[in-house]
Amino acid sequence: MGEWRYVGRKLLQAGATLLFIITVNFFLFRVMPSDPVRLLTRQRGVQLSPEAQAALTHDLGLDRPLPAQFVQYLADTFRLDFGDSFIFPGQSVVSVFSRFLWPTVLLVGTATVLMIVIGLYLGIRGGWKRGRPLDVGSMGFSLLFYSMPDFWLAMILLIVFSTALGWFPSGGFESPSSDLTGFARALDIANHMFLPVLTLTLGYIGEYYLVMRSSLLDVLGEDYITTVRAKGIREDRVLWRHAVRNAMLPTISLIALSFGFVLAGAITVELVFSYPGLGLLAIQAIDSQDFLLLQALFLFASVAVLVSNLVADLVYSWVDPRVREA
Amino acid sequence: MSVLEVSDLSVSYATREGPVPAVRGVSFDIDRGQVLGLAGESGCGKSTIGLGLLRLLPRGTEMRGRVMLDGADVLAMAPSELGAVRWTQASIVFQGAQHALDPVIRVGDQIEEAILAHRPVSRRDAAGRAAELLELVGLPARRTRDFPNEFSGGQKQRVMIAMALACDPDLVIADEPTTALDVMVQAQVLRLLKNLQTELGLSMLFITHDLSVLAQVADRLAVMYAGRIVEEGPAADVFASPVHPYTMALAGAFPRIGDESFVQAPGGLEGDPPDPRDLPTGCSFHPRCSRVMERCRTVDPPSFAAGADRRAECLLLEDAGATESVPT
Amino acid sequence: MTEPDAGAGAPTPEVATRSARSVVWARRRLSARRFWATYRRSVMGIAGLVILVLFALMALLAPVLVSADSLDVTKATGPILAPPSWEYPMGTDEAGRSVLALVVWGSRVSLAIGLLAAVVSMVVGAAIGIVAGYRGGRWDSALMRFTDWFLVLPGLPLAITLAAILGQSMFIIVMVIGLTSWPWTARIVRSQALSVRERPYVERARGLGAHDLQLIAKHVLPNVFPVIFANTILSIALAILAESALSFIGLGDPLRVSWGATLELAFDAGAPTIGAWWWIGFPGACIVLVVLAFTMCGNALEEILNPRLRQR
Repeated sequence: MGEWRYVGRKLLQAGATLLFIITVNFFLFRVMPSDPVRLLTRQRGVQLSPEAQAALTHDLGLDRPLPAQFVQYLADTFRLDFGDSFIFPGQSVVSVFSRFLWPTVLLVGTATVLMIVIGLYLGIRGGWKRGRPLDVGSMGFSLLFYSMPDFWLAMILLIVFSTALGWFPSGGFESPSSDLTGFARALDIANHMFLPVLTLTLGYIGEYYLVMRSSLLDVLGEDYITTVRAKGIREDRVLWRHAVRNAMLPTISLIALSFGFVLAGAITVELVFSYPGLGLLAIQAIDSQDFLLLQALFLFASVAVLVSNLVADLVYSWVDPRVREA
Repeated sequence: MSVLEVSDLSVSYATREGPVPAVRGVSFDIDRGQVLGLAGESGCGKSTIGLGLLRLLPRGTEMRGRVMLDGADVLAMAPSELGAVRWTQASIVFQGAQHALDPVIRVGDQIEEAILAHRPVSRRDAAGRAAELLELVGLPARRTRDFPNEFSGGQKQRVMIAMALACDPDLVIADEPTTALDVMVQAQVLRLLKNLQTELGLSMLFITHDLSVLAQVADRLAVMYAGRIVEEGPAADVFASPVHPYTMALAGAFPRIGDESFVQAPGGLEGDPPDPRDLPTGCSFHPRCSRVMERCRTVDPPSFAAGADRRAECLLLEDAGATESVPT
Repeated sequence: MTEPDAGAGAPTPEVATRSARSVVWARRRLSARRFWATYRRSVMGIAGLVILVLFALMALLAPVLVSADSLDVTKATGPILAPPSWEYPMGTDEAGRSVLALVVWGSRVSLAIGLLAAVVSMVVGAAIGIVAGYRGGRWDSALMRFTDWFLVLPGLPLAITLAAILGQSMFIIVMVIGLTSWPWTARIVRSQALSVRERPYVERARGLGAHDLQLIAKHVLPNVFPVIFANTILSIALAILAESALSFIGLGDPLRVSWGATLELAFDAGAPTIGAWWWIGFPGACIVLVVLAFTMCGNALEEILNPRLRQR
């Protein structure tokens, strides 16, 4: 079956990309810095004893030749062994990482679903009734929010809705030292998450709107849409069954690629709302020069985008019969 | 009785620079069971007519005149009436079926969609009908489950023809149905169309730039230039003795088998068709006409009778003593 | 918009009688005039251009408008955290500096980094795109695979990581932003170069043994240039956003005042929670305006120069 060949090829390509990502990571932290030993074992503020430093150096294999280091790095990476974190002494990078992972998944996941649903809907409506108030409004909105740094929008929302109006808490994942449980806790978490989600959603709706709109406009000019109209099919069916279905195809891969931007946006937004996710963790890692942690975080961000691309490719093959045959 | 009566049809496209006339006062009829060939170079407005008959032109396009399809004026219809007329009274076989079928929907479903939109039948019956239609055009019934990309160019065109017949239309508009195909396949598709036409007694508007195709299928022939029908009449007569210099040139551009003179000096036209935004004064064909006269630069020729059941828009006819024909 | 179409007419007859070189120049002048006539009709394009000119003036005249001393925390004279007033139209910061002074001087750094980073990105992207599209075959597939790999690396996290490792200076920031944003340019340029390559006259020239570099300089580059140009304008917008984010995270050049750096200071001083909206609002609004203006200009350019979009 062509379908399986396609999936196999995509998996193979993803594997190659993964290898590239890991190699880049290795270069970034082990080859590019003039003194990787110091980079990876230094820590702002705290002086490591020479013995401790030597032990760490040996542990990371930094005293061995580069090819050997690379092999070991590969092995460590596949075992998810990224060493120990400095900021949280005695904890492995992986355990720190997984603690901060879920808030980010919740935040980025919620925002992504919202921005895709709203953005695509506006794009479909806007492209279909091009030049009408909804379209023009969405266009202006998209341009404006596209031009806004995420963190600035976050601060403005913070000033308005938290400082001035007091409707939402100024930050954090949940109320400190509260013993809420069950639904009340969920509500508390949602309340804290509202402004960060709003920031990310507002910031990226425009991207999806623009992509969907232009893709739909392309499709509406296609001959097969004229065929459907000629068949006397109702206009809403022309739009949803034929035009949208075809316009979704190029949109899928762009959605996957723009996932990287959303992740990047989460970094500064988490900082503004002191939301304890991977973005905040990354900034702490930068501030305290915890490069082992930073390395793992960068690897995660790249792999997340890679996986979303792979998922997009697979969805694509499922929706578009042409890919299966190729 | 005529299936289609078009009278004084004008179409202008809306552009940023203002309206651009694509069709300028065209009249013709198609009788039941008859094939009218509409020929002309690309850009002459022939495809605009094909799409315009079912009001499929882009929003903002202005249409004037009358298009009587089975006695009702298409241009005056409300959207719901229009939806009911489309595909049941006239269907279209589009140019280059490469892109005329929705790539992500099984062809069976695309045919069924047309049936279900107009006929009170169950999905199963519609599916059965779709399979029958495929067999009618020479494809195995099981291929309803395939996607368009699994068909060759000629097969796609067959699917398109099957789909056009789905609701037993009174009129089939074939818009360059064989253009993007290679020669062997062209001949097959053409034979299929002709056979179906005689078998089912279809009325047909056959649009093409290729006069040699029309020689095989058309009962009557209309030649378009710059948005006007410049010559019209029984196909055999027009072929045998074209009166308009444009028709002569067009007919001369196609090789006739066994015609030695063609091999020596192939006919054909110099230059390009005029820009509809900037039409020449007088007869719009005069800059390319081999028999141009001084008057042609200023006088826009009306329609003259040119023999039995024939007409043409050329001042040469006036000189030959023809009378102005009254548009039908 | 009701202006007559100044340069849109056919070439004037006297053009034909001049020498070949002046014909080329006349044609260029004509197409420039025609381009301007089209561009002028775009409301967005003109609005963007006006905003950009104003900001460019502000950046160039900064030393005249506001003395550099006013950036010095130790020499600040104003009240601390004062809201906007006649004397301090954009209020003051925690050290009593005028936010207006920070905004005016910040425009120099933000714009300079945006421009330079976009140029770096353009040069890398265009070089890879042209080679891939023009050479085709193995070069194309290898370079595009490479580009696709880079496309997967998330830009800002990569820039953050690089800046964190390499240290903080204006040069490093320019390189970091430029070197993380070229893949899109490369892809767009490639598809253009690919179409030029297949034009008959280029194929003929190659057949006649013309040198690749010559062909690229004479045929590919001039044809690809409009797309590169529009793309560069758009990537300046992205570069300015990236710079502001890097500075906000604390990875900017610590010795220079940019809009992002001002926002970082404001955030660190707790401006959002104490309600010092002016300290955050004005520098941020400048970023929005400039990015918006570049985007509007870029879109207007793209609409004119990109033949695929023009038909819409």
